Amino acid sequence: MLAHSVFFYFFSIIAIFSSLMVITSRNTVNSVFFLILDFISVGCLFIMVGAEFLGMIILIVYVGAVAVLFLFVVMMLNVAEQKQSWFIGKKSTHIPIGLIVSVLIFLELLVVVGGWKYKDDLMSSSTLNLSNISNTHQLGLVMYTDYILYFQLAGVILLLSMIGAILLTFRQRKGVKKQSYLNQISRNPSTSIELRDVESNKGVKIDD
Amino acid sequence: MDYIQILSNEVYRILFLLVPILVSVAMIVWLDRRVWGLVQKRKGPNVVGPFGLLQTLADALKYIFKEIIIPASANKAVFILAPIVTMTLALVAWAVIPMSEELVLSDINVGILYLFAVSSLGVYGIIMGGWASNSKYPFLGAIRSAAQMVSYEVSIGIIIINVLLCVGSLNLKDIVLAQKELWYVIPLFPMFVIFFISALAETNRPPFDLPEAEAELVAGYQTEYSGMMYAMFWLGEYANILLMCAMGSILFLGGWLPIIDIYPINIIPAPIWMVLKILFLFFLFALIKAIVPRYRYDQLMRLGWKIFLPFSLIYLVLTSSFLFYFDKLPKGNF
Repeated sequence: MLAHSVFFYFFSIIAIFSSLMVITSRNTVNSVFFLILDFISVGCLFIMVGAEFLGMIILIVYVGAVAVLFLFVVMMLNVAEQKQSWFIGKKSTHIPIGLIVSVLIFLELLVVVGGWKYKDDLMSSSTLNLSNISNTHQLGLVMYTDYILYFQLAGVILLLSMIGAILLTFRQRKGVKKQSYLNQISRNPSTSIELRDVESNKGVKIDD
Repeated sequence: MDYIQILSNEVYRILFLLVPILVSVAMIVWLDRRVWGLVQKRKGPNVVGPFGLLQTLADALKYIFKEIIIPASANKAVFILAPIVTMTLALVAWAVIPMSEELVLSDINVGILYLFAVSSLGVYGIIMGGWASNSKYPFLGAIRSAAQMVSYEVSIGIIIINVLLCVGSLNLKDIVLAQKELWYVIPLFPMFVIFFISALAETNRPPFDLPEAEAELVAGYQTEYSGMMYAMFWLGEYANILLMCAMGSILFLGGWLPIIDIYPINIIPAPIWMVLKILFLFFLFALIKAIVPRYRYDQLMRLGWKIFLPFSLIYLVLTSSFLFYFDKLPKGNF
């Protein structure tokens, strides 16, 4: 049990430290790196509890895809060094709104966690047989039977938001040349080469 | 004192895995260059040691004694971290690869997910290197490769789901043992081809080596690296290629299983079969490097998103409906 608790504290200290660093680090790219570290250590905590499927999914989805896009955006926007840090220097206008939102979230969490009721014998219950079915099977058994409606709804909502995001950012620019593979492959000398007699001092218009 | 004994035992087992991998990475670089040479009617490296086998060691020695130059405007911590991340992630994934039924460092329930997760983390080494160099070419190379790796991961994920539908387990051992009658390369042959091409893109091998397209981007994200740090990128890249070959042989070529289970063939020990299959896939990788020209970037993206992704999705539907109607879905042990 000693090794278990050592590892638990190791990962949770890293998780807390890196989540603090996410909001205090002055370099935005560094805070994304700390966010990644946070995701990874939370994934490790999941694996330690025995939820190896969830841990791996956190690694694949959050670290492998979401954080890469975060990093992309932050690097492309070139906001590496923040002009004003929030604890020293000039006052930022974002602080009051941020404070209100975070206080609200904190209150909501208090309400939810305070009202949470655990089963008395959650860990020793005989109906909850966790030992001989693997974690992934267990999740699948619940997700595709009892919660199939919610599962499908979540999928539909994700699809809708994806289509919405594509529609919002989609714009067709005029005057941009597009390469069509079919046209490129099906070119032959008779259609693509043209001989012209050019009068002197007149020139010829090629690209129209 | 129990802990110390367990710890030393584990360290011993890990070293027993890591040292052969590092040696085989060195050998595989030699093999790559030899195959490349043969295709072009050259001899390839043949001077250092017998058949030039020690060429990579000589190269490594050269890299070790070269000076490590860190650009003045680079973000030093991230710059140094990037090759370490690449190398570590490439080696860490080998922990779950089974070389035979017993010979595996850690036999976890979600082995294939672990492999997928670690290979999707590999992009960080490249992005970090490109960004920390604080220079145009490395940054462009890093952006390119990140987009490329993220896109091809999607189709690899769906291909893995195809295989998992037939197996019914995420454990790598179960995946291999499920292929006792029939290797999945036969029923899922189109998926094998797409997996192979996506693996080329995922490891930034030609024809998809756009992150380091030397005509456009000097050397991509590696431009500012020198000495041992460059060598670590390089070793990590080859370890990743080997890993992809191992993954391909586990998913499609039946891992450590012999071709046919009859007397003279099945006395060859299991790890040798595994190594032979990895080498076969690597030989294909090396051949393709030599014979195929580089893709244009928009063609690469089109191939990933508009061809591979829809095709593997359609094949997924086909596989699952076939399994459902012929009642071949794996029942599992629950």
